[in-house]
Amino acid sequence: MTPTSSHVQAYLLLLPAFVFLVGFTHYPAIGTLIDSVMLALRGGRAPAFVGLDNYQAMIQDPVFWKSATNNLWFALATIPASMAISIVMALWVNEKIAGRQFLRMSYFLPTVMPMIAVANIWIFFYTPDYGLINQVLQLVGIKSQNFLGDPNLALMSVTIVAIWKEAGFFMIFYLAALQTLSPSFREAAQIEGASRWYFFWRIQWPLLMPTTIFVLVNALINSVRMVDHIFVMTNGGPNNASSLLLFYLYEVGFKFWDRGYASTLTVVLLAILAIAGLMQFFLLDRKTHYR
Amino acid sequence: MVMRLTSKKKNPNVVVKPVYAGSYQETIVKSLTAHKSGKPPTAAILLSTDTFTLIDEEAIVPMNTFVKTDADRQWLKSFFPAFMLNGQIDNKTWGIPFQRSTVVMYYNKEAFKAAGLDPEKAPTTWTELVEMGTKLTKRDPSGNVTQWGIQVPSSGFPYWLFQGFTTQNDAILANSGGTTVAFDDLKTIEALQFWMDLSQKYKIHPPGVVQWGTTPRDFMEGKSAMIWTTTGNLTNIRKNAPFEFGVAMLPGNTRLGSPTGGGNFFIFKNAPEKEQQAAYEFAKWLTQPERAAQWSIDTGYVAVSPAAYETPALKTYAGEFPPALVARDQLPHAVAELSTHDNQRVTKALNDGLQAGLTGTKTAEQALKDAQAEATRLLRPYQ
Repeated sequence: MTPTSSHVQAYLLLLPAFVFLVGFTHYPAIGTLIDSVMLALRGGRAPAFVGLDNYQAMIQDPVFWKSATNNLWFALATIPASMAISIVMALWVNEKIAGRQFLRMSYFLPTVMPMIAVANIWIFFYTPDYGLINQVLQLVGIKSQNFLGDPNLALMSVTIVAIWKEAGFFMIFYLAALQTLSPSFREAAQIEGASRWYFFWRIQWPLLMPTTIFVLVNALINSVRMVDHIFVMTNGGPNNASSLLLFYLYEVGFKFWDRGYASTLTVVLLAILAIAGLMQFFLLDRKTHYR
Repeated sequence: MVMRLTSKKKNPNVVVKPVYAGSYQETIVKSLTAHKSGKPPTAAILLSTDTFTLIDEEAIVPMNTFVKTDADRQWLKSFFPAFMLNGQIDNKTWGIPFQRSTVVMYYNKEAFKAAGLDPEKAPTTWTELVEMGTKLTKRDPSGNVTQWGIQVPSSGFPYWLFQGFTTQNDAILANSGGTTVAFDDLKTIEALQFWMDLSQKYKIHPPGVVQWGTTPRDFMEGKSAMIWTTTGNLTNIRKNAPFEFGVAMLPGNTRLGSPTGGGNFFIFKNAPEKEQQAAYEFAKWLTQPERAAQWSIDTGYVAVSPAAYETPALKTYAGEFPPALVARDQLPHAVAELSTHDNQRVTKALNDGLQAGLTGTKTAEQALKDAQAEATRLLRPYQ
């Protein structure tokens, strides 16, 4: 076979994958980029080219900035918190303890439940006065809080739901990784008299690094993707206090029907994710030890 | 609750294929996306406030296209006038009322008795609302409120309940052409100030933004003695409230008032003519007095025509359960639900302002001036 024909064959074999990649990833991305410099006109008239007007409008849009800052805080809270909790849970249910199957299932349960359903339950947890959380607070003498209706608490409240939802999912990855570690490490550590913390920090944690990278990428993606519960719990309110970028994007695209501006927001979201993704692969991958 | 309907004409009968598309928001997303891709449904039940959006997207045809006989004209006049307001623009009727509501007040008769109030007399004025609300607000020794006097939800779509206050204060939020709004009108500001005062000054209303979804539950748990919510909650509260409750019209200030709400029946422009005609026949069938009466009994929505209230079914039901008539009796005082061009965006400007006021982030005046500025900017292209 000549080199050319083997190339052709290779590309032919890749063709189905290419079709899907182009059709569902590249074409929409480029289409979005084009739409973002267009002004969508009503009634199906062809959109007009407006250059960077949509971007200009975005820079002057206070709701965009509010959603962006909210999203930053949301990410800064959900990523480390859900990862830390998931690793602690994984270490805990990896031990030989009574009822660990039950524990594993309980931790994983939030992941398998639909977000819309759990958000409806959380609304009642957060309800002032007789909601579960407020009842507990009142027992210890703290005044009932209007978690979803107070601009200072709304973002924190929806963040906690996201952490609760995510931690169990990440736990599964850590648990799987922990179970591939050879038991001889632990035995050696015990013989050497290493403390639990030392064993975790010097042996388990470095060996879990590939999993951590994977989880980190997922946590980052989820921090801009998880907005289902916002629709149910706060609708971005009060006064945009809990609005996130993707939620705002939905409002602009499917409530205001402003396709041009929605595309602009999408481009920004894509850019943020691309930069974050690249940074992870270039900076962190180098420091990670793969076996 | 909401259905989208595609129908196909088979002489002489009409075959209707209903599609459940989820909430109003999901249904309009599906319908408009389908319209934009050239394959619209024949007809859909959508929020009456989306009429301007549907016209601007050139998605719907006016009903007048199909009104040909005297019987047709009679049918078009058979509805409660208040329900036609949102659907009639430029002397054309774009939407037919299907499941419609108003805001009503539910109150806990046992709480009224406990507070020494007459359980058959709900407040009819703002002054009475504050007086009775004060008596109904109960606090434990440490000062925590165990029962609020009045609760008006403000999450999601606070503008709708706010329209109760503004109408009662004789302010109309938008012109019928949907091109100007009166958010910074003095009477509108007074209305917001009153709503804010209920919690910030009189302390008889829960602070901050109150959840729409948990409000009926708050009422049934006895956390709030009076609530404002849609008449569509009537059947739910009737089934689940563990105490005797009453339903009343909203209290008035300079006048009585409530907005209407709910869904209209629309026919899509790009559907084949035969199907449009069939959809029109279907709309007539759906709104027959007997059908409308049954729909009202099952859900608590207001039946769309006076004739429906003359049917034996609804007469019997109302005889057993008089609160079912309150929403209808309120209709003469009802106004169109806030609706403008670019409706959802303009409404969001108001919603954000209302929530900023209710959470104490802005003064009533500042909140509404900001909302007005944003709305005016958005509406400029339509003037």
